[in-house]
Amino acid sequence: MEGYLPPMWCAIWYILSGIVVGYGVIKINKLMKEQPEVKPLLAVAGAFMFILSSLKLPSVTGSCSHPCGNGLGAVLFGVPITAVLATVVLLFQALLLAHGGITTLGANVFSMGIMGPLAGVIVWKILKGKINSTWVVMLAAIVADWVTYVTTSIQLTLAFPGSDPMNTLATFMSIFAVTQVPLAIAEGLLTAILWDKIKELRPDILLKLGLIDESEVPHYTQVMGTGGAE
Amino acid sequence: METKHILMILGFIILTAIPFLMYAGKGEDEGYFGGADGAAEEAIVDMNPNYEPWFSPLWEPPSGEIESLLFALQAAIGAIIIGYFVGYNKARIELKSQD
Repeated sequence: MEGYLPPMWCAIWYILSGIVVGYGVIKINKLMKEQPEVKPLLAVAGAFMFILSSLKLPSVTGSCSHPCGNGLGAVLFGVPITAVLATVVLLFQALLLAHGGITTLGANVFSMGIMGPLAGVIVWKILKGKINSTWVVMLAAIVADWVTYVTTSIQLTLAFPGSDPMNTLATFMSIFAVTQVPLAIAEGLLTAILWDKIKELRPDILLKLGLIDESEVPHYTQVMGTGGAE
Repeated sequence: METKHILMILGFIILTAIPFLMYAGKGEDEGYFGGADGAAEEAIVDMNPNYEPWFSPLWEPPSGEIESLLFALQAAIGAIIIGYFVGYNKARIELKSQD
């Protein structure tokens, strides 16, 4: 999509995303200083985005698109830090794969790193504690992925409203948002599997981040003690 | 790996396989299995015939082979990190429970 976003919109999305990414960098530094034990999960969240955004999957609309992996980061670390992770992934794809783009980087960070994760965090906050965290994470990931592409459709409509903006929005939604429905569900499934692995292997970090309750991981506490790993 | 997880993986495979069944025999030449972003570029040009992209990628993979190489590299970087995390921590818990 390089060059397809007019310069004015390129600038607007760069500024909005830049603020959040800057704040995210500060938050990562603070987190690394205060809770260095969460480092492995930060790596896993980034790695998950790397994998998922490299998988261009076919969809029922007959075209292909890729999931984002942003729901996991959003639940674990919140929006600003996920925005930083998304920037790393999007830069890799823009520079090495000519996928996405440098002129569209701000807009893509805004959809994949900010609006999608924000929607995921909202789902997480509403449902947390009401049902098992695995299902909450799955729903949060589905919503985060889908909202990412809804945001993309809205961003393109803002840049190219045409004579009938609602009609234009419908066109972009049919390209991105409809294609993304099965892919978002697929992403939700993968995210839930990884979440369960994290819950099995490092629940101490999830407990420290205040994401789950000890009643969800009785076995781990028995084996490792409540002090957890060093 | 619980039954739940096996069902989730099956669900993922089914979701990915459905389009291949729906559009069996069709390919890129008939407009299938292309990228959604390419479709969006086309829609922009359709609606705004005068629009000229004002920037082109600084570097593009010179062929489809190189592109798939770099996409595979991207996935491999992610997979090795998650594999390390899972293997390391699994062994850590097993050693601890042997004490």
